[in-house]
Amino acid sequence: MDDLNVVIATDCGSTTTKAILIEKKDEGYRQTFRGEAPTTVEAPFEDVTRGVLNAIQEVEELSGRQILDGERIITPADGDVGVDIYISTSSAGGGLQMVVAGVVLAMTGESAQRCALGAGAIVMDALAANDGRLPHEKIERIRQLRPDMVLLSGGTDGGTVSHVVELAEFISAADPKPRFGAGFKLPIIFAGNEDAREEVEKALGGKMALTVTENIRPVLEEENLDPARHVIHDLFLEHVMAQAPGYRKLMDWTSAPIMPTPGAVGEIMQTIARQQEINVVGVDIGGATTDVFSVFDGVFNRTVSANLGMSYSVSNVLAEAGLDQIMRWVPFDIEEADLRDRIKNKMIRPTTIPQLMQELQVEQAIAREALRLAFDQHRALAVGLKGVQSKRTLADVFEQGATGESLVEMMALDMLVGSGGVLSHAPRREQSCAMLIDAFQPEGVTRLAVDSIFMMPHLGVLSTVDERAATEVFERDCLIYLGTCVAPVGEGKDGEVCLQYEIDLPNGRQTGQLQVGQLQWMPLADGEEVEVSLQPARRWDVGAGPGQALNARVRGGVVGLVLDGRGRPIQMAADQDRRRQISDWQQALNLYE
Amino acid sequence: MAHAYTPGLRVTQHAVVHKERRLPLKGEVVVERGQAVRRDQVVARTELPGEVATLNLVNRLGISPQELAGYMLKKEGERVEAGEPLAATKPFISWFKTTIESPVSGTVESISPVTGQVILRQAPRPVEVLAYVDGVVAEVFAEEGVRVAARGAYIQGIFGVGGECWGALHLAVDTPDATAESLGPEVAGKIVVVGSLISAETVEQARQVGAVGLIGGGLRDRDLRDLLGRDLGVAITGTEQIGLTVVATEGFGRVAMARKTFDILQACAGMDASMAGATQIRAGVLRPEIIVPTAADQEEEEVRPGAEGLQMGDLLRVIRMPYFGRIGRVSDLPTELCAVESGARVRVLAVEFEDGEQAVVPRANVELIEE
Repeated sequence: MDDLNVVIATDCGSTTTKAILIEKKDEGYRQTFRGEAPTTVEAPFEDVTRGVLNAIQEVEELSGRQILDGERIITPADGDVGVDIYISTSSAGGGLQMVVAGVVLAMTGESAQRCALGAGAIVMDALAANDGRLPHEKIERIRQLRPDMVLLSGGTDGGTVSHVVELAEFISAADPKPRFGAGFKLPIIFAGNEDAREEVEKALGGKMALTVTENIRPVLEEENLDPARHVIHDLFLEHVMAQAPGYRKLMDWTSAPIMPTPGAVGEIMQTIARQQEINVVGVDIGGATTDVFSVFDGVFNRTVSANLGMSYSVSNVLAEAGLDQIMRWVPFDIEEADLRDRIKNKMIRPTTIPQLMQELQVEQAIAREALRLAFDQHRALAVGLKGVQSKRTLADVFEQGATGESLVEMMALDMLVGSGGVLSHAPRREQSCAMLIDAFQPEGVTRLAVDSIFMMPHLGVLSTVDERAATEVFERDCLIYLGTCVAPVGEGKDGEVCLQYEIDLPNGRQTGQLQVGQLQWMPLADGEEVEVSLQPARRWDVGAGPGQALNARVRGGVVGLVLDGRGRPIQMAADQDRRRQISDWQQALNLYE
Repeated sequence: MAHAYTPGLRVTQHAVVHKERRLPLKGEVVVERGQAVRRDQVVARTELPGEVATLNLVNRLGISPQELAGYMLKKEGERVEAGEPLAATKPFISWFKTTIESPVSGTVESISPVTGQVILRQAPRPVEVLAYVDGVVAEVFAEEGVRVAARGAYIQGIFGVGGECWGALHLAVDTPDATAESLGPEVAGKIVVVGSLISAETVEQARQVGAVGLIGGGLRDRDLRDLLGRDLGVAITGTEQIGLTVVATEGFGRVAMARKTFDILQACAGMDASMAGATQIRAGVLRPEIIVPTAADQEEEEVRPGAEGLQMGDLLRVIRMPYFGRIGRVSDLPTELCAVESGARVRVLAVEFEDGEQAVVPRANVELIEE
């Protein structure tokens, strides 16, 4: 886009609205100022634009640039006044909530889930002819849910008609109502067998706002998710956003369509993976939900764990992970009843922050478990068919059916990026680094980063307007590189040597050994890149195979280089020994001293 | 967040409270604008579509879906009783005849020539929406519901469970930091203020003697789990069937009720109150509430949000450790970021507690108490 010099972008999250200013400088596009304010989509304000204006006002105060004229965003920019474009993402009000349906759960059912998730939705339920529920149970379930929209798929073109129509009949009988706007028809997208369109229209057309689009699985070996995703985005704006408080006004203000926040993060992740030719895993842990994104060999997947988060859903992390799993990460005891009350108090007052060091440790322990659970869920869905328009051979299809193997291959992972308050705003970067390593357990050589101020959503929507501007800001200002984690994979007894290394550090060559159960840290500044020679022990693998040496270049960051000899999965001691172990690990990375 | 506001819970003696009472589906509004309504009066009603029964008859009849219509004894839209023949084969010898009887009473909603599925719709379920609070119908939403305006005391709690209830207010304690020892038959049908802790024992006693609601400063999560029979993962409540409604005004744990809250409840003792436990923290914040309608001769304030930031001297409540639940006044509002023990650099304020003790706390960890 020509003449794009000043951009104001907001992300309306469930808790806070974040505004960033992007300006074209001599060296290129830079993110220069940021502001934030509580999101005001909910009662008592019920007008999202109020939070947006407050966040932009903060940017105005910090930057000295006048952006607002009353409640109007001044465009285009002229000197120190105004901006060229205003763009926004949104996940407020619970985001986009969908029900999906497909004939076979593992085939079109999964494709429908991937389609909805990739578009930035939360999937409330996935129905299928073979999902094990009786017809009346399916109907009752659809009826209980109040989704923003439904995606119905099923059948390859020319394939089964009756099963697809049966699902349409169930949906019709349930007659679900939309979450917003009691008087509106629920949007439903049909993206299945083209031969079934007429019958599906008969079953659903009168009752719901039906949109028919291309089949997401036209043939068995191909997934075609893009057309349905575009329809989801359009309907999101037309039906969902337009019903949410204040969004009609916000939609008038923006220069590009408002995107669901996770959809925008997915955009920028794919752009970066494509440009740098790397495999990436990203996570955004919010107050209500945790999103995980991965791009492996160009295949994009996104999942959302709707009830894993650090404030609204924090209590659910305790319920799902269990107290023991959380407390294994802290080297002290808290009475269970007391901890439960503290967690519930965070749930009902989600914007509070830990003031005490002990509280911080507990919160970060909960974060580890929330991240771990969300990543487990991601691995379970990021399987089988590849993403948009990718093709597989028939042999692949049968292989998938047989194994259902995850596409997430930790040893092949190049970069792990974390974002969301608990990671981006941890008092020490070492803490973010430790949370990422403990939760995701990267294998081999993996670069770690955090999104400095959670600007990936903003950059995602910017990439749809101006990809160059978005990638320049991403590289210069978005990520804070924490460093690199080297983690051999294997099992052994504490104290045994699992890795020998030689590292050409800037202050001289360093050789050493890494023992089983040990964490080592060495400084390696951001921008520095060094050679490492890694020789794992016989049954240990650092990327070249068991016992095979590996030479690699590793890059530094604000934390440096972390050598992790704890094994995969991390081997933890029992009881008193575990507390000492956790203390040792915390000290090795200087987490809380 | 220079513009951060710290919304407090609304606690006021004299207010005009507006409650929207909407049907889940379109229906009939049975009151008029300007009409006085009682809390237990029906204001709107509708019928929810009945439950659905699905029958795949083609396999049982040994026919194809396209042939099904010819075998049906009841057509779409026709009524059928449980046990009544619904479809039958037409063999030459009647001995071989197969008849399928309807498993439920209802209406034949659809007969699919594609899937062979017959969908039976059972009788609709009537749904009525009550006024919930004594007041006047201020607005009618055609076919959807009404807005009832009520004058009186209004108290928002922080967390509740259970649905809507009403009854006379009864104070079982004399001070906001006391805890009710035991509840007797005198609280039957009443909403009871039990002080700083709503314990499991108190809830059990209240249920036994027939109290309809409990109000207290806090409750323990452990007790909540026992009360619900599950761990509450996400704070969306209001539909629990636990025999009464529980509202905590301050939080989890034992926490003295805010003096103002307690004083208002004390002033309203013996009066009829309406109370709802529904709480939703995410996607449309909803807090539990207590409304005590009073005579309309007081000068009241509208229950509308204020968005002013914290000011020197403002009354506040600390809502996180280490000063959780304590109440004080703002004594300083430094603008620069300060490091707290956790190492985070955040905006803070100084607070002087009621006993004169001073402390510095993150601004994010306080909540304004409106005066």
